[in-house]
Amino acid sequence: MSTTSNAPATPTPHSRIVIRLDNVTRVYKVGVERIHALDGVSLELHQNEYVAVMGPSGSGKSTLMNLLGCLDRCTSGVYELDGYDTTRLGAGGLAHIRNTRIGFVFQSFELMGRSSALKNVEMPLIYSRDGWWSRHKRARQMLERVGLADRVKHRPNQLSGGEKQRVAIARALVCNPSILLADEPTGNLDSKTSEDILRLFDQLHAEGQTIVLVTHEESVARHAKRVIRMMDGRIFTDLSSEEDQAQRAAMAEHFGEVLK
Amino acid sequence: MKAILGIPMAFLKLFYQSIYLALGQIWANKARSILTTTGIVIGVASVTSVIAALTGLKANVLSNFESLGTNKIFISPHRPREGRFKSASWRLIRFRPEIFEGLKERCPSIDDHTLMAEGSEAVHYGVESIDSARVYGINPSWHRIENRSVVMGRPFTLMDEENGWQVCLITPKVRDELRMDRNCIGKRIVVGQRSFTIVGVVEQRVESSMFGGMGSSQEVFIPFPTAWKLWGPWTWMYAIASCRKPELSAEAQAELRFFLRQTRRLGPGDPDTFRLEVIEEYLKQFNTVAKTTTAIAGGVVGISLLVGGIGIMNIMLVSVSERTREIGLRKAVGARPAAILFQFLVESVVLCLFGGLIGAGCGQLLTELIAKIPGAALDKAYIPLWALGLSFGFAAATGVFFGMFPAIKAARLDPIEALRHE
Repeated sequence: MSTTSNAPATPTPHSRIVIRLDNVTRVYKVGVERIHALDGVSLELHQNEYVAVMGPSGSGKSTLMNLLGCLDRCTSGVYELDGYDTTRLGAGGLAHIRNTRIGFVFQSFELMGRSSALKNVEMPLIYSRDGWWSRHKRARQMLERVGLADRVKHRPNQLSGGEKQRVAIARALVCNPSILLADEPTGNLDSKTSEDILRLFDQLHAEGQTIVLVTHEESVARHAKRVIRMMDGRIFTDLSSEEDQAQRAAMAEHFGEVLK
Repeated sequence: MKAILGIPMAFLKLFYQSIYLALGQIWANKARSILTTTGIVIGVASVTSVIAALTGLKANVLSNFESLGTNKIFISPHRPREGRFKSASWRLIRFRPEIFEGLKERCPSIDDHTLMAEGSEAVHYGVESIDSARVYGINPSWHRIENRSVVMGRPFTLMDEENGWQVCLITPKVRDELRMDRNCIGKRIVVGQRSFTIVGVVEQRVESSMFGGMGSSQEVFIPFPTAWKLWGPWTWMYAIASCRKPELSAEAQAELRFFLRQTRRLGPGDPDTFRLEVIEEYLKQFNTVAKTTTAIAGGVVGISLLVGGIGIMNIMLVSVSERTREIGLRKAVGARPAAILFQFLVESVVLCLFGGLIGAGCGQLLTELIAKIPGAALDKAYIPLWALGLSFGFAAATGVFFGMFPAIKAARLDPIEALRHE
């Protein structure tokens, strides 16, 4: 039962394409064995989309995230970000792309324990071409935007889990990235704090931010406007949130009947 | 225009970015940073203080040499090791007063010269005696060449020489040893078998701490012709010449050599049967030795800098591996490999320079302590500027050299692997 849908479920067809993957593969060599972590993935993401990538472990969603985040290079295929072909870039070029166009949010926050929230948010600007002199101002503004104006001088160990993730989101956004990549952003948080963070994502999406979110949890994926499900290195379904819900309901009904 | 400025601007940015990050890191790990730099501190302190001690020693020796006079040329007979005089008898080699005749006219760079005859004799005055005093036969010009004038009585004159008078000059030490009156002019003393009238007292030889023991200060001077007559031609005879200016030393030596080769009738292929010695030559030799000693000592002590450098490398490697996740994060947010490399490199260089600075301060303290050691003749010890520059340069080079490997390791980390690192 394969219902692979290549037509992207885009709300506004005329908006700018941010990400375009064309038949991308990623092959790892482990000894003599070749593992196809991604096996011909094609994908288009438009500006201001809110996408959840789901799938069991080993389905290739982490590999897809690393590729989208320019941490890794595809074995074959084309990856265009904001219309630039990234496949031919060297390590320095990829670093520049990551700095200017991509914001990462990690499951375990990845904050520097010795530095204040402000210093943590400033960090990407240190490596940016023009952000050096305005880094204090921009970092402060970004902390205000995620609702941490009163936590500027606090160190990560003086912050709660939710606050830590807000600092991490502020850090991801401080360079005005084209896309925000979040890898299980609520994985280390309790359900109430998770809801807070997801509401922040909703708010950012409403402000025009393009978001790609990797998650295991259906409750998290429900916030997204588009859900991509992966299986064995391929895109299994790519539907709008409502269609995805409906299909799941139908499947549950179907399997329910079978199980009866 | 922007493209032309782009590269230096990017480099400048990388530079202050790295300094900012490195200083932050060093400040965050204060205790570790201080411990790490200890090796460099000790290294630089020992290099600078050893060089300072050697410099002080050198300054002392040089000042002692200068007190001996730098424009004097010592002329002495010498049997060459090869050629026709290799096994010539001493009778041929030794000097005779005649060979110096006409020296003044033939050697324009020579200001003056004195013939010298040297011996050791017992000196008696009444019941008092000195077993062996140095007895010198001298020309009147000796006073000027050796810069020793009489403090009492009169110096020798040409009259003393021409008449072969039995007169002598003594040093205050001899006068005191013989328990004579302060005014001893006109008294007669017995030198060897003969009686001499004292005509003057010569000032004591300048005592130098280094060469103080070189000659006894119990000296008796008699006119050279008298000495020559007294001891006969087998006596040890040499000459001292002084040149007009220290700069003319080389010319004066050349003239003397030419003159002496002629008066001694040496053929064109014959080696010299005399030796010209200048204090400056010794100075040059000493300088070479001093330089070599400084280099060797500096090198040996430089090993401690090497050890310090290995300490830096070790701690930088630890730092890289414990900050792997942070490096991964920095790479993920857009740090180029060059930025990571520079951050770690600058960190190790700053650590080393910091160590160098403290080390130079400790070296200065040590030097002041060394200068105060009594009787070590190191009171002139100081750290020369080149030693400071050298040890600082070496510390910086140590930082670059030993920081390079950990920095490359950090720059090459794969961000995905680094972020997964526990």
